[in-house]
Amino acid sequence: MEAIKFSYTVPGDDFTRAGDASTDLKSKLKKMGVTGAPLRNISISLYEGEINLAIHAGGGEITALVYPEKVELYLDDNGPGIADISLALQEGYSSATEEIRSLGFGAGMGLPNMKKYADEFHIESEVGKGTHIKMVVNL
Amino acid sequence: MTVKQLQELLNLRCISEGSEDRQLEGGFCGDLLSWVMGYGQYGQAWFTIMGNINAVAVAALHDIGCMVLCQNSTMQPNALEKAKEEGIWVFTTDMPVFEACGKYYEAIK
Ligand SMILES: Nc1ncnc2c1ncn2[C@@H]1O[C@H](COP(=O)(O)OP(=O)(O)OP(=O)(O)O)[C@@H](O)[C@H]1O
Ligand SMILES: [Mg+2]
Repeated sequence: MEAIKFSYTVPGDDFTRAGDASTDLKSKLKKMGVTGAPLRNISISLYEGEINLAIHAGGGEITALVYPEKVELYLDDNGPGIADISLALQEGYSSATEEIRSLGFGAGMGLPNMKKYADEFHIESEVGKGTHIKMVVNL
Repeated sequence: MTVKQLQELLNLRCISEGSEDRQLEGGFCGDLLSWVMGYGQYGQAWFTIMGNINAVAVAALHDIGCMVLCQNSTMQPNALEKAKEEGIWVFTTDMPVFEACGKYYEAIK
Protein backbone atom coordinates (compact mmCIF):
# COMPACT_ATOMS: atom_id res chain seq x y z
CA MET A 1 0.00 0.00 0.00
CA GLU A 2 1.29 3.41 -0.93
CA ALA A 3 2.12 5.91 1.81
CA ILE A 4 0.61 9.37 2.14
CA LYS A 5 3.45 11.89 2.14
CA PHE A 6 3.75 15.25 3.90
CA SER A 7 6.78 17.52 3.47
CA TYR A 8 7.88 20.56 5.43
CA THR A 9 10.77 23.01 5.22
CA VAL A 10 12.00 24.20 8.61
CA PRO A 11 13.64 27.63 8.58
CA GLY A 12 16.84 28.13 10.55
CA ASP A 13 16.86 30.28 13.67
CA ASP A 14 13.17 31.25 13.56
CA PHE A 15 12.09 29.85 16.89
CA THR A 16 8.64 31.40 16.76
CA ARG A 17 7.83 29.13 13.82
CA ALA A 18 9.62 26.08 15.14
CA GLY A 19 6.84 23.69 15.99
CA ASP A 20 4.66 24.57 13.01
CA ALA A 21 5.45 21.38 11.12
CA SER A 22 4.76 19.14 14.14
CA THR A 23 1.55 20.99 14.90
CA ASP A 24 0.39 20.73 11.29
CA LEU A 25 1.20 17.02 11.01
CA LYS A 26 -0.57 16.38 14.30
CA SER A 27 -3.79 17.97 13.08
CA LYS A 28 -3.60 16.14 9.72
CA LEU A 29 -3.06 12.79 11.44
CA LYS A 30 -5.90 13.50 13.83
CA LYS A 31 -8.20 14.02 10.87
CA MET A 32 -6.99 10.69 9.50
CA GLY A 33 -8.10 9.04 12.73
CA VAL A 34 -4.78 8.75 14.59
CA THR A 35 -5.28 9.35 18.34
CA GLY A 36 -3.88 8.65 21.81
CA ALA A 37 -0.34 7.52 22.52
CA PRO A 38 0.76 7.04 18.89
CA LEU A 39 -0.31 10.59 18.05
CA ARG A 40 1.59 11.97 21.05
CA ASN A 41 4.66 9.85 20.27
CA ILE A 42 4.74 11.22 16.73
CA SER A 43 4.15 14.82 17.85
CA ILE A 44 6.84 14.74 20.53
CA SER A 45 9.54 13.05 18.51
CA LEU A 46 8.92 15.23 15.48
CA TYR A 47 8.87 18.41 17.58
CA GLU A 48 12.24 17.63 19.11
CA GLY A 49 13.68 16.98 15.67
CA GLU A 50 12.12 20.11 14.25
CA ILE A 51 13.56 22.29 17.04
CA ASN A 52 17.00 20.75 16.51
CA LEU A 53 16.80 21.62 12.81
CA ALA A 54 16.01 25.24 13.68
CA ILE A 55 18.54 25.60 16.49
CA HIS A 56 21.49 23.44 15.55
CA ALA A 57 21.36 22.95 11.79
CA GLY A 58 20.29 26.28 10.28
CA GLY A 59 17.08 24.66 9.08
CA GLY A 60 16.26 21.50 7.17
CA GLU A 61 13.64 19.27 5.62
CA ILE A 62 11.00 17.03 7.20
CA THR A 63 9.28 14.21 5.37
CA ALA A 64 6.50 12.17 6.94
CA LEU A 65 5.26 8.98 5.32
CA VAL A 66 1.97 7.72 6.70
CA TYR A 67 1.17 4.02 6.31
CA PRO A 68 -1.85 2.19 7.75
CA GLU A 69 0.29 0.60 10.47
CA LYS A 70 3.10 3.14 11.03
CA VAL A 71 4.42 6.64 10.38
CA GLU A 72 7.98 7.19 9.16
CA LEU A 73 9.59 10.54 9.93
CA TYR A 74 12.69 11.77 8.12
CA LEU A 75 14.71 14.82 9.23
CA ASP A 76 17.44 15.94 6.86
CA ASP A 77 19.78 18.89 7.13
CA ASN A 78 22.98 20.21 5.63
CA GLY A 79 24.11 21.72 8.92
CA PRO A 80 27.37 21.36 10.84
CA GLY A 81 26.81 17.68 11.68
CA ILE A 82 27.49 15.98 15.01
CA ALA A 83 31.07 14.97 15.84
CA ASP A 84 30.27 12.57 18.68
CA ILE A 85 26.83 11.02 18.27
CA SER A 86 26.95 8.90 21.43
CA LEU A 87 27.75 12.03 23.46
CA ALA A 88 24.92 13.96 21.79
CA LEU A 89 22.51 11.14 22.65
CA GLN A 90 23.31 11.35 26.36
CA GLU A 91 20.63 12.94 28.54
CA GLY A 92 21.83 16.39 29.56
CA TYR A 93 24.39 16.97 26.82
CA SER A 94 23.76 20.24 24.99
CA SER A 95 25.78 22.75 23.01
CA ALA A 96 22.99 25.35 23.18
CA THR A 97 23.99 28.96 23.83
CA GLU A 98 22.77 31.08 26.73
CA GLU A 99 20.35 32.89 24.45
CA ILE A 100 18.80 29.61 23.34
CA ARG A 101 18.65 28.34 26.91
CA SER A 102 16.74 31.44 27.94
CA LEU A 103 13.98 30.32 25.55
CA GLY A 104 13.64 27.03 27.43
CA PHE A 105 15.78 24.85 25.17
CA GLY A 106 19.09 23.20 25.95
CA ALA A 107 18.11 20.58 28.52
CA GLY A 108 19.96 18.09 26.35
CA MET A 109 16.84 15.92 26.23
CA GLY A 110 15.77 16.29 22.61
CA LEU A 111 17.59 13.34 21.06
CA PRO A 112 16.94 11.11 24.13
CA ASN A 113 13.24 11.98 23.86
CA MET A 114 13.20 11.07 20.17
CA LYS A 115 14.75 7.71 21.02
CA LYS A 116 12.29 7.19 23.85
CA TYR A 117 9.06 8.12 22.05
CA ALA A 118 9.79 6.64 18.62
CA ASP A 119 9.62 2.87 18.13
CA GLU A 120 12.66 3.08 15.84
CA PHE A 121 15.37 5.73 15.80
CA HIS A 122 18.30 5.91 13.38
CA ILE A 123 20.80 8.74 13.12
CA GLU A 124 23.62 9.38 10.69
CA SER A 125 25.79 12.46 10.78
CA GLU A 126 28.94 13.76 9.17
CA VAL A 127 30.77 16.85 10.37
CA GLY A 128 30.56 19.63 7.80
CA LYS A 129 27.92 17.77 5.77
CA GLY A 130 24.79 17.35 7.84
CA THR A 131 22.58 15.04 9.83
CA HIS A 132 19.94 12.52 8.79
CA ILE A 133 17.45 11.00 11.18
CA LYS A 134 14.81 8.39 10.54
CA MET A 135 12.16 7.56 13.11
CA VAL A 136 9.30 5.09 12.94
CA VAL A 137 6.24 5.23 15.18
CA ASN A 138 3.86 2.28 15.06
CA LEU A 139 0.17 3.08 14.96
CA MET B 1 -10.04 16.58 39.50
CA THR B 2 -11.08 18.67 36.54
CA VAL B 3 -9.24 21.76 35.32
CA LYS B 4 -12.14 23.88 36.60
CA GLN B 5 -11.74 22.40 40.08
CA LEU B 6 -8.04 23.21 40.05
CA GLN B 7 -8.85 26.78 39.07
CA GLU B 8 -11.17 27.06 42.04
CA LEU B 9 -8.78 25.35 44.43
CA LEU B 10 -5.87 27.68 43.68
CA ASN B 11 -7.95 30.72 42.77
CA LEU B 12 -6.32 30.97 39.34
CA ARG B 13 -6.95 33.58 36.67
CA CYS B 14 -7.91 32.05 33.33
CA ILE B 15 -6.40 33.57 30.19
CA SER B 16 -7.13 30.77 27.70
CA GLU B 17 -9.87 28.15 27.75
CA GLY B 18 -10.03 24.53 26.70
CA SER B 19 -12.73 21.92 27.04
CA GLU B 20 -14.98 22.29 30.10
CA ASP B 21 -14.67 18.76 31.46
CA ARG B 22 -10.92 18.30 30.95
CA GLN B 23 -9.64 15.88 33.59
CA LEU B 24 -6.26 16.25 35.29
CA GLU B 25 -3.94 13.38 36.16
CA GLY B 26 -1.41 14.75 38.64
CA GLY B 27 1.07 17.49 37.85
CA PHE B 28 4.54 18.44 36.76
CA CYS B 29 6.78 21.45 37.11
CA GLY B 30 9.68 22.60 34.99
CA ASP B 31 10.82 25.29 32.59
CA LEU B 32 13.13 23.36 30.29
CA LEU B 33 10.92 22.32 27.41
CA SER B 34 12.53 19.03 26.44
CA TRP B 35 12.55 18.06 30.10
CA VAL B 36 8.81 18.55 30.17
CA MET B 37 8.47 16.63 26.89
CA GLY B 38 10.49 13.77 28.33
CA TYR B 39 9.19 13.46 31.87
CA GLY B 40 5.90 15.29 31.83
CA GLN B 41 2.81 13.25 31.07
CA TYR B 42 -0.37 13.57 29.12
CA GLY B 43 -3.15 15.20 31.12
CA GLN B 44 -1.01 16.73 33.87
CA ALA B 45 -1.26 20.26 35.24
CA TRP B 46 2.01 21.95 34.22
CA PHE B 47 3.37 24.55 36.63
CA THR B 48 5.95 26.79 34.97
CA ILE B 49 7.22 30.32 34.42
CA MET B 50 7.82 29.73 30.70
CA GLY B 51 5.16 31.58 28.73
CA ASN B 52 6.57 31.69 25.21
CA ILE B 53 5.24 30.18 22.00
CA ASN B 54 7.45 27.13 22.31
CA ALA B 55 5.99 26.33 25.72
CA VAL B 56 2.52 26.43 24.18
CA ALA B 57 3.71 24.09 21.42
CA VAL B 58 4.93 21.65 24.08
CA ALA B 59 1.60 21.81 25.91
CA ALA B 60 -0.30 21.25 22.67
CA LEU B 61 1.83 18.45 21.27
CA HIS B 62 2.07 16.63 24.59
CA ASP B 63 -1.63 17.19 25.29
CA ILE B 64 -0.95 18.65 28.73
CA GLY B 65 -4.11 19.20 30.81
CA CYS B 66 -3.43 22.84 31.60
CA MET B 67 -0.62 25.35 32.02
CA VAL B 68 -0.28 27.31 35.25
CA LEU B 69 2.00 30.33 34.87
CA CYS B 70 3.29 31.04 38.35
CA GLN B 71 4.76 33.99 40.20
CA ASN B 72 3.16 36.55 37.91
CA SER B 73 4.90 35.28 34.80
CA THR B 74 3.02 36.30 31.70
CA MET B 75 2.30 34.79 28.33
CA GLN B 76 3.61 36.55 25.27
CA PRO B 77 0.82 37.76 22.92
CA ASN B 78 1.73 35.41 20.04
CA ALA B 79 1.85 32.51 22.49
CA LEU B 80 -1.53 33.38 23.98
CA GLU B 81 -3.04 33.57 20.52
CA LYS B 82 -1.74 30.09 19.75
CA ALA B 83 -2.98 28.72 23.09
CA LYS B 84 -6.50 30.00 22.34
CA GLU B 85 -6.35 28.61 18.82
CA GLU B 86 -5.34 25.19 20.14
CA GLY B 87 -7.87 25.26 22.98
CA ILE B 88 -5.30 24.92 25.75
CA TRP B 89 -6.22 25.88 29.29
CA VAL B 90 -3.81 28.55 30.58
CA PHE B 91 -3.97 30.10 34.05
CA THR B 92 -1.87 32.70 35.84
CA THR B 93 -1.23 33.20 39.55
CA ASP B 94 0.92 35.31 41.87
CA MET B 95 1.90 32.20 43.78
CA PRO B 96 5.42 30.88 43.33
CA VAL B 97 5.67 27.44 41.68
CA PHE B 98 6.53 25.85 45.04
CA GLU B 99 3.42 27.12 46.74
CA ALA B 100 1.03 26.38 43.87
CA CYS B 101 2.35 22.83 43.48
CA GLY B 102 2.30 22.31 47.24
CA LYS B 103 -1.36 23.22 47.54
CA TYR B 104 -2.32 21.06 44.56
CA TYR B 105 -0.30 18.14 45.90
CA GLU B 106 -1.98 18.42 49.31
CA ALA B 107 -5.38 18.33 47.63
CA ILE B 108 -4.79 15.24 45.49
CA LYS B 109 -2.35 13.11 47.50
N1 LIG C 1 20.53 18.45 13.50
C1 LIG C 1 21.62 18.69 14.25
N2 LIG C 1 22.72 19.25 13.69
C2 LIG C 1 23.82 19.51 14.43
N3 LIG C 1 23.92 19.23 15.75
C3 LIG C 1 22.87 18.67 16.37
C4 LIG C 1 21.66 18.38 15.66
N4 LIG C 1 20.78 17.83 16.53
C5 LIG C 1 21.41 17.78 17.72
N5 LIG C 1 22.67 18.28 17.64
C6 LIG C 1 23.68 18.35 18.73
O1 LIG C 1 23.33 17.39 19.72
C7 LIG C 1 23.15 18.05 20.98
C8 LIG C 1 22.07 17.34 21.78
O2 LIG C 1 20.80 17.52 21.13
P1 LIG C 1 19.47 17.44 22.00
O3 LIG C 1 18.31 17.71 21.12
O4 LIG C 1 19.48 16.16 22.75
O5 LIG C 1 19.65 18.61 23.07
P2 LIG C 1 19.54 20.19 22.83
O6 LIG C 1 18.89 20.46 21.53
O7 LIG C 1 20.87 20.79 23.04
O8 LIG C 1 18.59 20.61 24.03
P3 LIG C 1 16.99 20.29 24.14
O9 LIG C 1 16.64 19.42 22.98
O10 LIG C 1 16.85 19.58 25.45
O11 LIG C 1 16.33 21.60 24.13
C9 LIG C 1 22.86 19.49 20.64
O12 LIG C 1 23.16 20.37 21.70
C10 LIG C 1 23.75 19.69 19.41
O13 LIG C 1 25.10 19.93 19.82
MG1 LIG D 1 17.09 19.53 21.02
